[in-house]
Amino acid sequence: MSSQPLLRVSNLTHMYGNRVGCRDVSFELWPGEVIGIVGESGSGKSTLLSCLSTRQQPTSGLVEYDTKDQGLVDVYSLSEPRRRMLMRTDWGIVHQNPRDGLRMGVSAGANVGEPLMAVGARHYGDIRQQAATWLDKVEIDPGRMDDQPKTFSGGMQQRLQIARNLVTHPRLVFMDEPTGGLDVSVQARLLDLLRRLVTDLGLSAIVVTHDLAVARLLAHRLMVMRQGQVVEHGLTDQVLDDPHHPYTQLLVSSVLQP
Amino acid sequence: MIHVEALSKTYVLHTQGGISIPVFRGAELAVGAGECVTLHGPSGAGKSTLLRCLYGNCKADSGSIKVRHGASQVDIASAAPRTIIEVRNRTMGYVSQFLRAIPRVSAIDVVAEPMRAMGVDVDAARARAGELLARLRIPERLWHLAPATFSGGEQQRVNIARGFAPQMPILLLDEPTASLDAANRAVVVGLIEEAKQRGAALVGVFHDDEVREAVSTRIVTLHPEVSA
Repeated sequence: MSSQPLLRVSNLTHMYGNRVGCRDVSFELWPGEVIGIVGESGSGKSTLLSCLSTRQQPTSGLVEYDTKDQGLVDVYSLSEPRRRMLMRTDWGIVHQNPRDGLRMGVSAGANVGEPLMAVGARHYGDIRQQAATWLDKVEIDPGRMDDQPKTFSGGMQQRLQIARNLVTHPRLVFMDEPTGGLDVSVQARLLDLLRRLVTDLGLSAIVVTHDLAVARLLAHRLMVMRQGQVVEHGLTDQVLDDPHHPYTQLLVSSVLQP
Repeated sequence: MIHVEALSKTYVLHTQGGISIPVFRGAELAVGAGECVTLHGPSGAGKSTLLRCLYGNCKADSGSIKVRHGASQVDIASAAPRTIIEVRNRTMGYVSQFLRAIPRVSAIDVVAEPMRAMGVDVDAARARAGELLARLRIPERLWHLAPATFSGGEQQRVNIARGFAPQMPILLLDEPTASLDAANRAVVVGLIEEAKQRGAALVGVFHDDEVREAVSTRIVTLHPEVSA
């Protein structure tokens, strides 16, 4: 087991004026680990994710990331170019709505090839070859490479977004409701795919979801949020099978069994 | 291999008026290598809860659960989640009453998965998985199908294959033979005997008297806690 966390979060708070986005969140993410963040709408899950992935400056608190060259550094102390480089090389962000993560006006192949070019790849043939390999990995027919994503179904767009994120081999991926808005059969396929990719690539991930079944399938550990605070955290199956906090118990007992 | 001391567990149901259900208080248990200890007692005595506490699936209120993990000792009751995952990957297996099937994952890969997590390569893990599935009489034509559509007995046998395939030093069994016919029960009894032979420590709950008699080296009786 590695002795250094990949990400260390201390007392992270974000306020929207007087309203609480998230309050006093602290945790560590270890290499190869997937953490699920669950809770109802408005509980601060997405705010927390935005603060972690430097898309929203927190009001207070610290987010430290284990960079390859300098070890743990405060991500908000990095210069803008370094932060951008980090996001391109080390991190991936999978948005709930694929349109937020894809460029809809360019081809599927370009969507996957572009991040490679951003980190310095220049050989057109290689880039195209890698794009084809990744389309195949996320179960999109490489024959559709030159089609624009707007001609794809929702599930295909989401898989394309995942390929675009993983092609540069990030170490940490943030996912915001990756299966939200997809019908269940498409969801199952995407989940199986994510599970395999995370294990095969040894990725660390932070997954926000309101779907407890998704959390059980993907996450090693779970944090339950309510009104901006983490009310319970622990091993995923322990939190779901033996919930302690009243809100977690309510959450778990409210799930409909099909 | 396993040493439980002064373990207490109470369920508090906040959604039902905060009612509290004491399960056990000051439970003790010691299990050595090559032993199969059976937890016995009436329904509600806390057999499954104790088993789940050992696996870290249930969080005890107080007490300790010391487990030998490689050269070290881990207290499951207080260990960090990633340590428990490490113990589950290398040391401790669990066969539950029901298989939690994952869409699109084939039976053979369901069985191979824990071995993959231990670092066994794909081919060796699949070969061993096939061996177990064959012993448990799962027809080969089903191996590459997802078990979600299997019968209850077939799913349970896939689950048993998954639990026994990696040959963990510690194995927890929660009514593994509940929905099996006599022939398959005999196979499971054989698997348990082999596990004892290779020096594994087993803890189980068996409702079937015949199985319990056949496999237990020791029987521990639990009594239901009376509400205070």
